[in-house]
Amino acid sequence: MRRRDFLRATALAGGGMMVALYLDPARVLGQEGSRLPAGGVNYKPWAFLTIAPDGTVTILSKNPEGGQGTKMHLPMIIADELDVDWKVVTVENAPLDEQSFGVQRTGGSTATPINWDPLRQCGAAARQMLIAAAAQTWSVPASECTTASGRVRHAASNRTLGYGELASTAAALPTPDLKTVKLKDPKEYKVIGSAVRNQDVPKIVRGEPLYAIDTKLPGMLYAAYEKCPVPGGKVASANIDEIKRLPGVRNAFVVAGGPDLTYTYPVCCIGVSLHGGVAIVADTWWHAQQARAKLKVTWNEGPTASNSTEGFNKRAQELSQQPPHLKLYNDGDVDGALKSAAKTVEAAYYYPFLAHAPLEPQNCTAHYKDGKLEIWVGSQTPREGRQVIAQSLGMPESDITVHFVRMGGGFGRRILNDYMAEAAWIAREMNGTPIKLLWSRQDDLTHDFYRPAGYHFFKAGLDASGRIVAWNQHYVAFGEGEKFAPNTAIGGASFPAGFIPNFAFNASLIPMGIPTGPLRAPGTNGTTFVYQGFIDELAVASGKDPVDFRMALLDTPRKLLPNARDAFSAERAKGVLKLAADKSGWGKRQLPRGTGMGVAFLYAHLGYFAEIAEVSVDAQNRVKVNKVWVAADIGSEVINPLNAVHQVQGSVIDGMGAVMAQETTFVKGRAQQATFNEHRLVRMNQAPKDIDVHFLKTNNAPTGLGEPALPPVIPAITNAIYAATGKRIRSIPIGKQGFAWA
Amino acid sequence: MAFTLNVNGKPATVDVPADMPLLWVLRDILDLRGTKFGCGLGQCGACTVHLGDNPVRSCQTPVSRAAGTAITTIEGLSPDASHPLQRAWEELDVPQCGYCQAGQIMSAAALLRRNPRPTDADIDTAMGGNLCRCATYTRIREAIHRAAGNSTPTATTAEVVR
Repeated sequence: MRRRDFLRATALAGGGMMVALYLDPARVLGQEGSRLPAGGVNYKPWAFLTIAPDGTVTILSKNPEGGQGTKMHLPMIIADELDVDWKVVTVENAPLDEQSFGVQRTGGSTATPINWDPLRQCGAAARQMLIAAAAQTWSVPASECTTASGRVRHAASNRTLGYGELASTAAALPTPDLKTVKLKDPKEYKVIGSAVRNQDVPKIVRGEPLYAIDTKLPGMLYAAYEKCPVPGGKVASANIDEIKRLPGVRNAFVVAGGPDLTYTYPVCCIGVSLHGGVAIVADTWWHAQQARAKLKVTWNEGPTASNSTEGFNKRAQELSQQPPHLKLYNDGDVDGALKSAAKTVEAAYYYPFLAHAPLEPQNCTAHYKDGKLEIWVGSQTPREGRQVIAQSLGMPESDITVHFVRMGGGFGRRILNDYMAEAAWIAREMNGTPIKLLWSRQDDLTHDFYRPAGYHFFKAGLDASGRIVAWNQHYVAFGEGEKFAPNTAIGGASFPAGFIPNFAFNASLIPMGIPTGPLRAPGTNGTTFVYQGFIDELAVASGKDPVDFRMALLDTPRKLLPNARDAFSAERAKGVLKLAADKSGWGKRQLPRGTGMGVAFLYAHLGYFAEIAEVSVDAQNRVKVNKVWVAADIGSEVINPLNAVHQVQGSVIDGMGAVMAQETTFVKGRAQQATFNEHRLVRMNQAPKDIDVHFLKTNNAPTGLGEPALPPVIPAITNAIYAATGKRIRSIPIGKQGFAWA
Repeated sequence: MAFTLNVNGKPATVDVPADMPLLWVLRDILDLRGTKFGCGLGQCGACTVHLGDNPVRSCQTPVSRAAGTAITTIEGLSPDASHPLQRAWEELDVPQCGYCQAGQIMSAAALLRRNPRPTDADIDTAMGGNLCRCATYTRIREAIHRAAGNSTPTATTAEVVR
């Protein structure tokens, strides 16, 4: 039977009320519905809202927080419809309980689109009950009562009551049908759209222990874990007895590990297997690492030890000369249109494998005792992490308790929970003694689930008027047979497909054993550079201004794509392009020699972003990003502008790192970049002081912001380098091509 | 080996190897976990503390070198989070994930001590060793200026069109 969303209210002992929202799991889980157990589940309340007798309000925030800001902005939605001032709201972390809270996952910029309707309904329904309680108390019609700042008011008799005074009465009233509950007119929003500070910042600036790495349990020991430099390799032999005798070492042992990592994901996030390795448990992590330096391991490296970037590059070139293996999306007659085109343009684009490098190295604290396991972790997918542990250790999920805490960054890396399985395994070996497993930075950078590299070979045709009439794209990616490796399938049926009459997007796959996974803005963080770079080349070839050329492309009569989820709106894309062009003075400013502006846009994660970079390049190819303008359309509301602007500014600077310096290369199956000297993040002096962020409000449901502002800055900068120097960038990072930051 | 340290104005005796980095003595022995581990190689600045008046990377500072000099960590920067930098960090909502920020604040505090009114170039130089993976540099810069009493255009407001 299909359930509906509904509320339940409970009176609290000593006064006050708790409101719980029960959601229809089929609706909330959406495409994740397959995760529901057969026969359905008895869902418990999802979002808790507690009103104390003094009128203060506590709201639980359900998703893992790693800097994206949902911890505040989901509760803000409830608070506004409840009609309380934000200053009375305390936000607390929800525990891991998907039966109660729905999906507790951070990824895909999904928090806002999934939660916008139910959280508004939750707050509005509670408000309606408080009004009903006041009306009953005063014996007046509810329709004569209004609310403001956590109080109900009856204007005719000039009486008011605070929510705290009404809460117990309200809790005993019937709960409204969520479908009929009246939501605020957006013009009345007070919390939504206001600048709300993160309530964790006072703790952060005091150095309070907020992160998983700060976990400390009585009697806890510290673990280091040495894995094969070739991902998935296993221990053949190791000098365990010698290691055990070293200072501070309490135990050392071999972990056999599960099956090879490659292609073991039945579902993203879940099918990660435990890597084999050697665990060292010691009094402090430093002692464990000191012992690790004396470790001598012989590895069975396995078949992936033949992987190399050089080999991949060579194979990609070979495949580019052959017909694609996989036909993915084809419109019209590309070959015919290329033959009759007035002009053709060919180009090959490349982006590399890329590590995530969250600043808090992967870690997990685990305590195994009497067959039960307790875990403290920073994970974007704590529920899936629990499943990974259950699979790796062969124990039921019900015997595993997971506490998830603030993450020192995620960027997609903490969607994959290999480190949880490692800690759990070590804890079981140390039965009764809690352990904290901590990875070194080198462990992190050389044992990632990398953003997969991609090779794109293009040939396009322009007609005499400069219009694109043919687009042939051969994507050389990774996988086996017809199966793409994780996060390499990018989907051909997306812009500019549908806007070009003769269009071919096809692929060939290179077998590979390197673990790959989602990195911030998966699917578009590499391809936006490719698409928006090549479109820029076509603009130049057609003799058109790059903004005008994109506008004209978006104005082309469009063929709707077969992909039912494709909701690309040319109007919204044009809206942000125009706004970015206007704000940046595109085409209207006289730029000095060596300075240029570049543009790019993206539709991703349901939002629209146009970004324009002004870049100066000197005679020594030293690059300075002077300023970046961002125009974003994430719908009708920017829930927390204080955070929203910051997410965009951080995304822009993060993207600069991918432009200049970041890549992971492989030799004999081994990642070659192991420290921040080799995986270089942007530093203070390289970051532009001015990143202008503009939100274009449109009549669409609000959408997420953690990811989609990142990809367009990459081609905006590389297109600006072209404008400044005439050098077309077709491969990143550009540090390999003689460029450096000024 | 026993070392007597002066951490945040209080003496603390630890019995650890002389080459154990101060970072791990602070975090794992003395329970001062505000100082963060990011790279262990002095490349990211997350572990920055003050040794006397100087910012140092505690992951590269053997405990033997720290003994005898006043050590200040983020927990001891002020008794009540009233340091102008801590206030500015809160007012401008500087952190995203927040993991690097203790190190950022400690580097900035050392800068302001020797240069109370830093320019952008001074900030670039002093803060160049502190990585922020979330790239909150725009607000870190603004917060340092605010704490210093410099007037600068705000970079944190959003313009919402329509």
